Formats: sequence, C-alpha cells, structure tokens
Amino acid sequence: MALILIVGAGRVGSQVARSMLSSGHEVSILDEDPLSHERLDSGMDTTWEDAGGRFTVGHGLEIDALREAGIGEADVFIASTDGDNTNLTIAQIASKQFGVPKVIVRVMDPARAEWYAEQGLHTICPTKYAIEMFERALEV
Amino acid sequence: MYVVIAGAGKVGWNLARELMAKGHEVTVIESERARYLTVEQELEHAIQYGDATELWVLERAGINRADLTIAVTGDDEDNLLICQIAKEKYLCSRIIARVNNPRNRQYFELLGIQPAVSATDLILRLIEHEVPSYGLVHLLDLRDEQLEIIEVEVGQGAPAAGQTVADVALPDGSLIISVLRNGRGFVPNNETVIDAGDEVLLVLDPGLEDRITAQFTSG
Repeated sequence: MALILIVGAGRVGSQVARSMLSSGHEVSILDEDPLSHERLDSGMDTTWEDAGGRFTVGHGLEIDALREAGIGEADVFIASTDGDNTNLTIAQIASKQFGVPKVIVRVMDPARAEWYAEQGLHTICPTKYAIEMFERALEV
Repeated sequence: MYVVIAGAGKVGWNLARELMAKGHEVTVIESERARYLTVEQELEHAIQYGDATELWVLERAGINRADLTIAVTGDDEDNLLICQIAKEKYLCSRIIARVNNPRNRQYFELLGIQPAVSATDLILRLIEHEVPSYGLVHLLDLRDEQLEIIEVEVGQGAPAAGQTVADVALPDGSLIISVLRNGRGFVPNNETVIDAGDEVLLVLDPGLEDRITAQFTSG
C-alpha cells in the first residue's frame, strides 16, 4: 500500500484519487479550494474521510501544507492543479526537496511537457492525447 | 547587450526604459492584452504580446540570442520557470528572477535560479539597517562569490569591547574592514581599540555570522 499525494483535485485529480483509494492505496489530497472536497464526496455512499481518504486545504507551494498532507512519507506525488506552472514547480520541489520516489505532473502545454520529460520529469499531457484523438477521428 | 524581460508591470516597464536609455536592446513580453496595448504605445516594437512561459513566445522574442533574461511577472511560479527554461534550455548566460512572496525564495534556491530578488526582503533589510537592535545587518550578500559584508553593533561587555582589532577572536575567513564611531567611519589597523557602541563592518565567508556576533554582543 503506497501513500499517494495528489495536489489539485479537479476532475482529473479527484477521479484518480477515488480509483487509487478503491484499489487499496492510502490517498491524501491537497487543494486550496474546499469545493474540491464536495466533488470527492458527490455520488459516494460515504464521505471521503469515512472512505479512508485524507484532505488538506492549502496551496501546493506552502511547505507547511505539503508536510501536513504527508509529503514526507509519500511514495507517489501527483501534480494535477489547473496551472501548468504550479504543477511544474511543485513537482520539482517534491522530487528535489522531499525526494518523493515517483512524481507525475500534468502539463497542458505540449512543448513544455516534452522538454521537462527530457529533463527527467514524468509528464502527462492531456492536450497531446486530445490532438491525437482528433487526428484519429478525422482519419476516414 | 540584448535583454528579454518577462512581465510589463511597473518593474518590467521601468527596467525596459532604463536599459534602453543606456543603449541596450530590449524585448518585453506581456501576457495581458490591455496592459500590452498600454505599454506598446511607448515601447512600440520593443514589447510583444504573449505568455512568456510558452517556448514559442520566448523564441519569438529572441531568447536564443539573449545575454540576460529578467522575469518580473507577479507570479513566482512563472518567474521561476521562465528563468529555468532560459537558463537550461536556451543557455542564456545570465538570469534575474523576481520573488513576489519571500517564502518562495527557498524554491528559487533549490532549483538554482539565482539571483532571485525580493522587494519585500530588500525593504526588510532596510528596516533592519534603521533598527540596529536586530544586532546584525547584512549589507552585501554575493552568494555565487561566497562573500558577505555585515554590520554589527558592539554591545556593552561584549568579548570584543575594549580589545584591539588584532586581539578580537575572529574566525578564519573574516576581517574587520571599517569601524563607525560617533557617526564617522574609518579603516582600523591592528592597534585600533574596539569600543562598546561602535558599529563594525566585517567581510566574511558565508556561515560565520553566529561566531562573529558572539564576539560583539553582550553576554
């Protein structure tokens, strides 16, 4: 069982959080917007905490919030806020300052996703997948 | 010198003006359309509209031939990443980053983005200079060069009070360069006696502050 810390529980982050929790991992979420907590609860039988999840309100650049959310013990760090620049910054902090073994970062901008991947970051670029799917859909 | 400035706020705009007046070639990048149009009336072709965290925008601004990249937007993550990309992808030899929130300074250091300038820190430093009860004032900090100049006030009964400069127990890597007494500064020699109430300027290697203040503060 790994501790997975997810910063940014929007549509993507919250869904990844739920599926990781149901596959038996420990999941901690850090999000500056308490509304994200409601998103996690919606459509569920229990609250996020009752299901075993953790939730911390705070920004991914606040060191105290990161610590409270468990970055010191995290096995996996996922940066999935709605800002590329925040994601790229906190992912590097998780890796270089806290030595989190596995860091995954969402980057919407394909050019930077590619360059930071070359620098050793595990980037995921939804825009790139969308482009590919459009292209495939247009192949008749 | 060719300078790329990210952010046409008050800092970026004024920097561009000053650098151009000194004969440098400057391109400013501004991501907010309304602000761009305002500044463009004065800077004309020296400002471009775009998000300086995007690679193609930096390339359009000529980052490849920039001698200096300055990131002074209001967003610390943007400033950090713009400088990181300028330095590591485009091999720009000099970068300067603005830190808006002094708490983020540690991240600039962590990722090797130096120098990182924070107006809040600079003002705090001035306040320390005006309120010497803080004990120690950093007058100059050159991190890359491993050089610091500090000012300390000699307390009543401090180990150094009443000693000659030669006898003050200073650690290796530090040197007294000036003494301020009754509003006047002078360069001391080995026989100069340090008095309580003097302000002493020292040049030192980083990391020696604690051992030095121990000599100049009371008990």
